[in-house]
Amino acid sequence: MTTEHAVHVDAPGHDAADIDRHVKVYVVVFVALMALTLITVAVSYLHLPTRTAIALALVIAGIKGSLVACYFMHLISEKKLIYVVLGITIFKFVVLLALPIFTHSDSYGLFE
Amino acid sequence: MEIPYTVAVRRDTGLTNGKIGIWLFLASEVMLFGALFASYILIRSGAPSWPRGDTILNVPMATFNTIVLITSSITMVMAWASLMRGRLQTFRTYMGGTILLGGVFLVVKYFEYSHKFHEGLLPSSNNFLAIYFTLTGLHMLHVLGGMAVNAYLLSFGAKLWKTNPAWFTNRVENSGLFWHFVDLVWIFLFPTLYLL
Repeated sequence: MTTEHAVHVDAPGHDAADIDRHVKVYVVVFVALMALTLITVAVSYLHLPTRTAIALALVIAGIKGSLVACYFMHLISEKKLIYVVLGITIFKFVVLLALPIFTHSDSYGLFE
Repeated sequence: MEIPYTVAVRRDTGLTNGKIGIWLFLASEVMLFGALFASYILIRSGAPSWPRGDTILNVPMATFNTIVLITSSITMVMAWASLMRGRLQTFRTYMGGTILLGGVFLVVKYFEYSHKFHEGLLPSSNNFLAIYFTLTGLHMLHVLGGMAVNAYLLSFGAKLWKTNPAWFTNRVENSGLFWHFVDLVWIFLFPTLYLL
């Protein structure tokens, strides 16, 4: 038995017209992600200096990740509590990544 | 006793409990993969030399896998959107597509790994391969876990649509959040391991 009725989910911005708008955004984001993937690979063929290559790769990955998080995961229209949880997580994540970098700041040299 | 706040939102948070739960779980997953990325930075920055990823790993296969996972992300979100529009059959198509694409990802990984093992390149061979197999192996397990949950929602779990469609839709959304996270991790893993 197939039920064809719009589902009422107790959250704003989720009526039929909104879903149509969301779907258009999903398609645009998908195309952007594909393009950025190809750009990432193309840039790698330039054989840039290591530090530049890392910075560029992380910027592109950051843009892709942000698109997935904001639009596919609906983060752009989420509630404050989720932003608080993620804010704390990102802070701890940065500390986690920064610690080994500072530990080795007097070492051979980063990524040479 | 009914499980509370599966459809109705809590007044204090403005969210369903499932939504808070999955985001808290994803926060813990950020720390898990973050710890491994930090290990990668530590090992690489302390190494006298480090190979470029494309000298050892197969970039075309991994690029294809990146495209596969990104496509699976849009099919996943379209599965949720189909339920929001009340279209169960369309949901089944998109969810089936998501699971299939996950399967394709795993098959490609199988060929990648078996080729490495065939050449005698093991996790124990050197630090680069150790961190490569650890990161991608853990990621692969997450793909498998996500596929298992999605398969449940496509099959037995879909019974809930008949009695409580809003709750089922929320379950699919929460499973989708996990799936997008798995895609997000790969978006960072791919350039880090294969291109740098």
